[in-house]
Amino acid sequence: MLNILSTVKISLRALKANKMRSALTMLGIIIGVGAVIAMLAVGSGASERISQQIASMGSNLIMILPGATTAGGIRTGGAQPTLSLMDAEAIKRESSAVSDVAPDLSSIEQVVYGNLNWSTAIRGTTQDILRVRDWPLASGRPFTEQDVKSATKVCLIGQTIVENLFGNTDPIGKIIRIKKIPFTVIGVLERKGQSPIGQDQDDVIYVPVTTAQKKLFGAHFSGMVRIIMVKAKSIDDLQRAEDQIKELLRQRHRIRPGREDDFTVRNLTQIMQTAEQSSRVMAILLGAIASVSLVVGGIGIMNIMLVSVTERTREIGIRMAVGAKTWDIRLQFIIEALTLSLIGGIAGIVVGISASKVLSMLAGWSTIVSPFSVLLAFGFSGLVGIFFGFYPAYKASLLNPIEALRYE
Amino acid sequence: MRLIEVREVTKVYRMGNIEVNAINDISVAIDRGEFVAIMGPSGSGKSTFMNIIGCLDKPTSGQYLLEGVDVGNLSRDELAKIRNKKIGFVFQGFNLLTRTSAIENVELPMLYNGVPAREREQRAIDALKIVGLEGREHHHPSQLSGGQQQRVAIARALVNNASLILADEPTGNLDSKTANEIMDLFVRLNRESNITIILITHESDIAAHCKRMIRFLDGKIINDELCLTSCQP
Repeated sequence: MLNILSTVKISLRALKANKMRSALTMLGIIIGVGAVIAMLAVGSGASERISQQIASMGSNLIMILPGATTAGGIRTGGAQPTLSLMDAEAIKRESSAVSDVAPDLSSIEQVVYGNLNWSTAIRGTTQDILRVRDWPLASGRPFTEQDVKSATKVCLIGQTIVENLFGNTDPIGKIIRIKKIPFTVIGVLERKGQSPIGQDQDDVIYVPVTTAQKKLFGAHFSGMVRIIMVKAKSIDDLQRAEDQIKELLRQRHRIRPGREDDFTVRNLTQIMQTAEQSSRVMAILLGAIASVSLVVGGIGIMNIMLVSVTERTREIGIRMAVGAKTWDIRLQFIIEALTLSLIGGIAGIVVGISASKVLSMLAGWSTIVSPFSVLLAFGFSGLVGIFFGFYPAYKASLLNPIEALRYE
Repeated sequence: MRLIEVREVTKVYRMGNIEVNAINDISVAIDRGEFVAIMGPSGSGKSTFMNIIGCLDKPTSGQYLLEGVDVGNLSRDELAKIRNKKIGFVFQGFNLLTRTSAIENVELPMLYNGVPAREREQRAIDALKIVGLEGREHHHPSQLSGGQQQRVAIARALVNNASLILADEPTGNLDSKTANEIMDLFVRLNRESNITIILITHESDIAAHCKRMIRFLDGKIINDELCLTSCQP
């Protein structure tokens, strides 16, 4: 068998002899590999971002919103509060597929600490909120069932509030004023980042829902809440939880069969999973389109190798005359094609990584270059080299040595 | 056992619908250590004969025994192996690889039979020494004269210790002085190393260096004689 190292040397020399041609041939592979890596980076960046957002929403999350109501012939969609704290408690008590329930009653209010003030969302909820939203505390303690029952004036604050009101001081135990009512900060939430629709989730203050109802937002709709957030026990329980909630709420709201629900149940996790899945499909699609250019690059290699075989017919004849066997000749040209495609592949990796960096800088897309995609593109370029190098190599090995030696 | 034994060999080429008998029913035997000139006008079949002797081509009918082995039944790769081990070729146009140095050209046959790199280099240096090209190991063919290029080709033919050298008009591209030097080299190799040499030539003064002369005409041998007196230099 032919000595691989000296063959690589021979092929490098052959490639060096036609620098421009080799460079242009490699360019096809460089673009192909670069495109595959960049596209996969964009795709996985997008789906990674979506799954981060899903995680930031809280997993297995179901949202119950007020639905259409008819009052005196006037139909309203979602404006009237139809959900009560009692509903939330009932869901938690009676739905077996549900693990945690957190109501939400919110309003934008001015918050004051010392001489600083900040306008933010005040959300009345229960102790379950941290579990529902998978949101741990950075420091302090959560509020308890007792806090909710007795409507104490305590609050949990997000990181944005800490930055805007407290700076470097430790907020735990400090008193802030919401609508001039003093609240004690008992806990600080960890940083959560942006929501799927781009809201700052850390710009929030949680207070017990009862406190919000009785002391902050007045008693227009006593006992009512805007939204109920529900966490299902597991991802498989989502559908069951949704069905149980619907049935329970229809019963509690005394909606007769055939009549419309006065609430809406939204399974956010499912929606987000669909989005994630479609972004993943998108990533695969992008990669597939990019790999077409890699195949085109491979055809370029085949083209140039065919030219090379013809040009070097006499060399092939000489090699055959001095004892090169069929596979010696084949290997020589396959290794030459492989050298082209692998050098192109390495350059393509550099191009692909730089392209994804540039993309994320200029277009602001998050891109993730995974080692897997680099290996995939590099391996694929090697395969392309072997695949498209084989036919020219095969052709070379079939030459008749006598005619090859005579070739001018 | 004879080195070469050709028995009733015919080679037919097909050109479209016409069949051409390049050589027709030829029988000849050549012993180890002979120095044979093959002469004849172009188209007389001498190149076809050489191709068959050199295991580059197979006879259409008849038998060719090289060291007692019938090569007519061998595969492409087996023929390549025989060429690699037993036969050295020297061509009119030198047929060196242009992008590689003298020493790499000489090493070429050894790439195909797994000689380790260090031994390859040493044997190539030795072979270049035999043909008188010491110190030019790293010259490329373009930096060498025609005679020197042919010496590189001869070194390449020698390097695997071939028992048979086939030279197809080895001096055809050289001036007469250089041609004589090359022929002297062949004579020396034949005499000192007992290497069998068969060469094709048009010129009788080149043939005069040989010990035996075979003449071809129209695909047949018309004359086969030992030139004991005139040929010996």
